[in-house]
Amino acid sequence: MNISIHPCSWPYSTSACSLQLTIIAFDELRTDFKNPIDQCNPVHARERLRNIERICFLLRKLVLPEYSIHSLFCIMFLCAQEWLTLGLNVPLLFYHFWRYFHCPADSSELAYDPPVVMNADTLSYCQKEAWCKLAFYLLSFFYYLYCMIYTLVSS
Amino acid sequence: MSAPAGSPHPAASSRIPPKLGGAAASGAAAPAGPGPGPHQQNGPAQNQMQVPSGYGLHPQSYIAPSGHYSQGPGKMTSLPLDSQCDDYYSGLYRVPTQNVVTPNTASQQPGAQQMYGSVPPAPHVVGSTLGSFQGAGSSASHLHTSASQPYSSFVNRYNSPAMYSANSSVAAQGFPSTCGHYALSTVSNAAYPSVSYPSLPAGDPYGQQMFTSQNAPTVRPVRDNSFSGPSTAISHPSPLPPPPSQQYHQQQSLSGYSTFAWSASGLPSTQDNLIQNHTSLATANNPTNPVADTLSCSVMQNVQPPKSSPVVSAVLSGASSTRTPPAAGRPVEPLASVARPSELLQQKGMQYGEYVNNQASSAPTPLSSTSDDEEEEEEDEEAGVDSSSTTSSASPMPNSYDALEGGSYPDMLSSSASSPAPDPAPEPDPAPAPAPAAPQPSKMAKPFGYGYPTLQPGYQNATAPLNSGVPPSSPMYSGFQQYAQQYPGMNQLSSSLGGLNLQSSSQPESLRPVNLTQERNILPMTPVWAPVPNLNLDLKKLNCSPDSFRCTLTNIPQTQALLNKAKLPLGLLLHPFRDLTQLPVITSNTIVRCRSCRTYINPFVSFIDQRRWKCNLCYRVNDVPEEFMYNPLTRSYGEPHKRPEVQNPTVEFIASSDYMLRPPQPAVYLFVLDVSHNAVEAGYLTILCQSLLENLDKLPGDSRTRIGFMTFDSTVHFYNLQEGLSQPQMLIVSDIDDVFLPTPDSLLVNLYESKELIKDLLNALPNMFTNTRETHSALGPALQAAFKLMSPTGGRVSVFQTQLPSLGAGLLQSREDPNQRSSTKVVQHLGPATDFYKKLALDCSGQQTAVDLFLLSSQYSDLASLACMSKYSAGCIYYYPSFHYTHNPSQAEKLQKDLKRYLTRKIGFEAVMRIRCTKGLSMHTFHGNFFVRSTDLLSLANINPDAGFAVQLSIEESLTDTSLVCFQTALLYTSSKGERRIRVHTLCLPVVSSLADVYAGADVQASICLLANMAVDRSISSSLSDARDALVNAVVDSLSAYGSTVSNLQHSGLIAPSSLKLFPLYILALLKQKAFRTGTSTRLDDRVYAMCQIKCQPLVHLMKMIHPNLYRVDRLTDEGAIHVNDRVVPQPPLQKLSAEKLTRDGAFLMDCGSVFYIWIGKSCDNNFIEDVLGYPNFASIPQKMTHLPELDTLSSERARSFITWLRDNRPLNPILHVVKDESPAKTEFFQHLIEDRTEAAFSYYEFLLHVQQQICK
Repeated sequence: MNISIHPCSWPYSTSACSLQLTIIAFDELRTDFKNPIDQCNPVHARERLRNIERICFLLRKLVLPEYSIHSLFCIMFLCAQEWLTLGLNVPLLFYHFWRYFHCPADSSELAYDPPVVMNADTLSYCQKEAWCKLAFYLLSFFYYLYCMIYTLVSS
Repeated sequence: MSAPAGSPHPAASSRIPPKLGGAAASGAAAPAGPGPGPHQQNGPAQNQMQVPSGYGLHPQSYIAPSGHYSQGPGKMTSLPLDSQCDDYYSGLYRVPTQNVVTPNTASQQPGAQQMYGSVPPAPHVVGSTLGSFQGAGSSASHLHTSASQPYSSFVNRYNSPAMYSANSSVAAQGFPSTCGHYALSTVSNAAYPSVSYPSLPAGDPYGQQMFTSQNAPTVRPVRDNSFSGPSTAISHPSPLPPPPSQQYHQQQSLSGYSTFAWSASGLPSTQDNLIQNHTSLATANNPTNPVADTLSCSVMQNVQPPKSSPVVSAVLSGASSTRTPPAAGRPVEPLASVARPSELLQQKGMQYGEYVNNQASSAPTPLSSTSDDEEEEEEDEEAGVDSSSTTSSASPMPNSYDALEGGSYPDMLSSSASSPAPDPAPEPDPAPAPAPAAPQPSKMAKPFGYGYPTLQPGYQNATAPLNSGVPPSSPMYSGFQQYAQQYPGMNQLSSSLGGLNLQSSSQPESLRPVNLTQERNILPMTPVWAPVPNLNLDLKKLNCSPDSFRCTLTNIPQTQALLNKAKLPLGLLLHPFRDLTQLPVITSNTIVRCRSCRTYINPFVSFIDQRRWKCNLCYRVNDVPEEFMYNPLTRSYGEPHKRPEVQNPTVEFIASSDYMLRPPQPAVYLFVLDVSHNAVEAGYLTILCQSLLENLDKLPGDSRTRIGFMTFDSTVHFYNLQEGLSQPQMLIVSDIDDVFLPTPDSLLVNLYESKELIKDLLNALPNMFTNTRETHSALGPALQAAFKLMSPTGGRVSVFQTQLPSLGAGLLQSREDPNQRSSTKVVQHLGPATDFYKKLALDCSGQQTAVDLFLLSSQYSDLASLACMSKYSAGCIYYYPSFHYTHNPSQAEKLQKDLKRYLTRKIGFEAVMRIRCTKGLSMHTFHGNFFVRSTDLLSLANINPDAGFAVQLSIEESLTDTSLVCFQTALLYTSSKGERRIRVHTLCLPVVSSLADVYAGADVQASICLLANMAVDRSISSSLSDARDALVNAVVDSLSAYGSTVSNLQHSGLIAPSSLKLFPLYILALLKQKAFRTGTSTRLDDRVYAMCQIKCQPLVHLMKMIHPNLYRVDRLTDEGAIHVNDRVVPQPPLQKLSAEKLTRDGAFLMDCGSVFYIWIGKSCDNNFIEDVLGYPNFASIPQKMTHLPELDTLSSERARSFITWLRDNRPLNPILHVVKDESPAKTEFFQHLIEDRTEAAFSYYEFLLHVQQQICK
C-alpha cells in the first residue's frame, strides 16, 4: 500500500493544477468583451484570435502530460495490486484513451481546434469535462491521502 | 544599412533567413558582394533543386536573375556572376529612365481636409437622390405628393389607394427636395441639433411605386445637379447647371419643408457625385462629431503608408546592392534604387519585351485614365425612393453595391481633378445583373406598400405591450388581433388583405395528416414556399423576409423538453448579405440599442411610454433618445414607433466612427495565380485576364481600391506595378522555404493610378508562361507571401490553383484511392491532411483577409485540405472539375460567368456578425465559412452576397413567460466604399406549447438545410455512414414522434403532418446527393466540394442542389405565366424527379442550381426540336450542346425566357446541357432523378417503407 500511495500526492496535484488551468483557460475563452465597439475593432479581432489560438495551444500542451500522469498512476496501482483504486481509475483511463485516439478524422491535432472550440456546445462540453475531472482528481487525492495515513497508522 | 554591403557573406554555411525583417535588421543579408559561384546557381529561380544550398550561402540571391524568363524556364543560366546581379533589375524589365512621379498624396490631403471642414454641417445626405433613381426604374404608379402639400394629407395618402396615381412631375419635385436638404440642413441642425435623418424609412416601400419609368430619364440629369448643389456650397469644382438647382431651391422654399433634413444614402453611382456627397456625408452625419474629418484624413494617409522603409530598402539593396552600391545607400527610396539599375543595364530589358508590353516610351500618365465626367452611368436599378420632398428619406436599396454604399470617405485622389476618378460605369452594371429578381419587387411591394401598420405604441393606448399581457398558452394571434382592431387603419388593412390571412386556415392545413405511402404525388406543382409564421397580420408584415432569415420551426416550442419530443432540428438559416432590391438605409447620430444586450431597436420592441422602450430580447427597459423622438417619416415629434428602424425588419445603419477603431480599410484585391505547366495547359489565365480586363472598372471599391498580382509555380513571382513604371516588373522569389516580399509597398497598387500597368500585365500574363515546363506548384509559400502582403490592410485574396501543391509548406499528397470511389463502406479523407491551410486561414482571418479558392483541376487536388484556407477565413470556394478552355468549353464558360459575378458583386470587408436571440434561447453550433470568435460572434474577413450561414439553437430556459421570440442578426462591415455599415435583420416567431403546433410550424426546407449542414460536420468528425444514419434517423424519429403523439389515428401507412410531407423525400435526396451518396462512383473532390457548398450556400440555392426542379418544356404555354421586365415567363408545373415522368415524346428541363439539363426524348416532337433547338430532327442534335439558339419562334422565345428567368439571381451561373436520350451524358441527368431506384440506393417508395419499418421497430 505504502509504495504506491506515498508518491501520489504531488503528481496528483500537478494533474489537478493542469485541470485548474484548463478551466481558467476555458473561462478566458468564454469571456469576450461585451462592448460592441470593441468587438468590431479589427485590432481586437486579431488579439482575440491570437488569444484563442494561444489558449488552444496551451490546452493542447496540457493534454498529454495529464493523460500520461494519470496512466502512470494506473500502472502503479496495477503493480501495487490496488484493485479498488485501479477500478476507480479505469473508467477515466478508458475515457482518456478514447479522447486521445478518437480525434477527428485526418486531423493531426488532438483536440481544442481554434475554429471549433468557440462553438458553444464544444466549449461547454470541454468545460464540463474539465470540472468533472477536477472534482474526480480532488476526491481521489483525498482518498489516497486517507489511505496513506490509514496504512501509516495501522502499520 | 548598407554598411555590410559588399562584404562577403559572413556565414556562408549557416542559413540566414531572408526575411524582410531579418534582412533589414542585419543588413548582412544584403551584402552579397560580387557573389562567388554558388550565388549564381541560386539565381535561376527555375532550378529548385539548387535553391536550398544556394540559398544558405547567399541570401540575397533569392530574387532570380531576370534573365531566366526570357531564356525559358527549363534552362539553367550561367551568367557571369557579376553581371547577373546587375542584370537583375534591368533585365527584368526596363525601367523608365524618367523619374517616377509618385502622386503626391500628402500634399493633397490638406486640401481635402479643408473641403470637409468647410462643408456646412448639413445633416443631409447624398443618398436620397439615389433612392429616387432607383424608384424610377420600377413600376409606374406613384404617390408622390408635391413637397408643398401639407404633411397630414400626405399621410393619408399612404393609406388610401387613391394616392397611387401617376404623377409625372414627381421626379422633378422629389429632387428639388433633396436639394433642399442641403440648404435646410443647417437650419435643421439649429433646431434639432442632434437629428440628422438621412435615410428614408417609408420611402422604400413606396419607392417602388413612386416613380414612373418615364421619369427616370428626366431624373438623371437632375440628380447630378442636385448633387452639385451641395458641391457648390463646398466649393467643389463640379459644374453646376443653374436652372435645375434654382428650381430646387424654389422648391425647397415652396415646400416649406420642415426643419429636418434627411436623405437616403446609398447613391448608386460612384463618381464625383458620390464623392462630393460623401464629403458632405461625412461631415453631415456627424455634425457633432469632429472626428469624422480627422478620420477621413487618416484614411487617406493610410492608403499609402510609408511602408517600413528600412525594410524595403534593405531588401532592395539586398537585391541590387552588389551592382549598385549607391542604391543600397538610399534606404528610403526604393523606387529610386529600382530605377538605378535600369539605367545601368538596359539591354536586358529588351528580352523581356515579349511578355511585357513595351510601353517604356510612354510615360505613365496616372491622370489620363478616366475622366471625371463619366457620371452618366445608366443605373437601372429599380428601387424606390421616397419622395424626398415629402417626408423622410429612405433609400431603398438597390442591388448594386454602389447604391448601397454611401461611401463616406472621399478619396483625395478623386477629389483632385487631376487624378483618375473611379470609373463610374462599373457599379451600375453589376447591380442589375446579380439581382434582377424581377418578381420580387412586386411581391415585396405589397406588404410595404400599404399603409403602415405598426406596433401600437404602448403609450397611446392601454393595450399591453407586445411581449407581455398575452397569456402565453393562448394563441397569441387572437391577442394581437384584438390589438389591431383598435386601429381602424389596421382593420381596413386586414380586411383588404384578408385573403392572405392564414390564421384560420394554416393550422389545419399544415397539420393535416398525410399518408405518405399512399400519396403518390407528394411534390406540389409549384415551388415550395417558406411557411409563414403564425403571427398576427401586422407583425407578419413586419417580419423579416424568409429569403434572408429563416427558422426551421416557425413555431418555437416552449421548452427544450417539447423540442426534444418533436425530434426536429431547431436552427436558423441566414443569408444576411443578400442582394436586396430595397433596403432602408439609416444615418443617424445615435443608433438606438438596448443598453444591456446591445440589441438594435427593431419592429418588435414595445414602447412603454413615449420615452421608454422595452427590449424584446432581454426585456430591459431603455430610454428613447431625444433624437429618436423625431420621426422623419411623418415629420412629427414624439412618434418613435413610426421611425424606419421600427417599421422595417431589415435595415442598414451607417455606423458612426464609434464603430471603428481603425479607419475603414480600402478595398484590396490580390490575385494569386498558378502558372505551372498544368495551369498553362488548362488555359484559365486567358479567361481570367479577359474577365479582369472587362471588369476592372467594375470592381467594387472607391478611389482607394488597391490591387495586386502574384503568380507561382515552383517559385513565387511578384509584379511591381508601382505607378510611374513603364512596364510591370516581375520579381521572382525562389526561396520558397522562407518567402519574403521583395518590395512590400509597390506590389499592391492603387487601381486607378496604375491602371495602365495593370492592363499591360493582364494582357501579357496569358502569354508569359506559354512555354513553361515547370510542373511543380508552390502554393503554400505563395499563400504565405500573400498573407504577408495583405496583412497591413486586409482584403480579399483570390487563389487560382490547378493541381496538388507539391512544393514548400503545405504540400499535399494524393490521398484518393480511385478504387474506393464507389465504396459503400468508408469514405476517408474528408478532413484536411494538414493544418497548414487552416492555420494560414486563421492568420488571414486575424488580419481581415479572406482567401477565395478557385480550383480548376482535372485530377485529385485534395480539396478537403485546400478548402480550409477559405473555410476559416470566410472566403468562398469554386471548383471546376476537369477544366480545360478548349476541351471543356462549358466549364470555361461557367468560369467566365462566375468570374463576372465574382468580380463585380458586392463585398464587405472586416465584417463581424452577431446573432442575438431572446433570453432563454441560446445558439451553439454555427455552419458556414467564418471563424467563431466568441460564442455568438462570427468573424468574417469578407462577406459576399452569396454566403449563407446556419446556426443551431437550443432552448436553455423555458419560454413560458413570453409569447414571441425574436432573433436578430447584425452584420457590421466595411463597404467597398470605405463606410462602416451595419445590416440588421430581425425575425419574430411565436412560441407554442403544444406539440401539434410545433409540427404545424415546421419549415421542411430549412430543416433539411440545417440537417445537411449537421451531416457534413458529422461526416468529417465521425464518418460518412454515421452521417447517413443520422439523416435517416432524423426522419424516422420525427415521423415516429409525430405518429405517436399527435396523430392518434392508427393508420397502417406512414403518417406525416402536411408541413413535413416532403421531409422523407428531401432526406432521400440528401442521401443521393454527391456529398453523402455511397455506392455510386463519386470523386473525392466532388464530394468534398458538395460538402463545402452545403456549408456555405444560402438556403434557396442549396435546396435546388439537393432537390432539383424538373419541368416539362416542350409544351410551354402562357397559362399562369408571369411578367418580368416585359418578358412573359411561362410557369410550367414541377414534375417529380422520377423517370416515370420522362416521356419519350417530351423535353424536360432540370434545374440543379449550378447546372441545367435539357433532356430530349427520343421521339420528341420535331417541331420543338426545330423551333427551339434549331435542328431538323432528333438525330441531328449534337452531343454537346450548351446553348439554345435565338430563334424567332414563339416556343423558342418561351423556352429562353423561362431559362433566363431561372438563371437570374444565381450566384453560380448554371450551364445548360442539352442531353439526348441516348447520349452517354444522360447518366449525369438520371442520377438526379432521386425518386428512382439506383443500384446502390432506395427508390422513394422503398425509402418510405424502410422508414416505416424503422418506426415500427
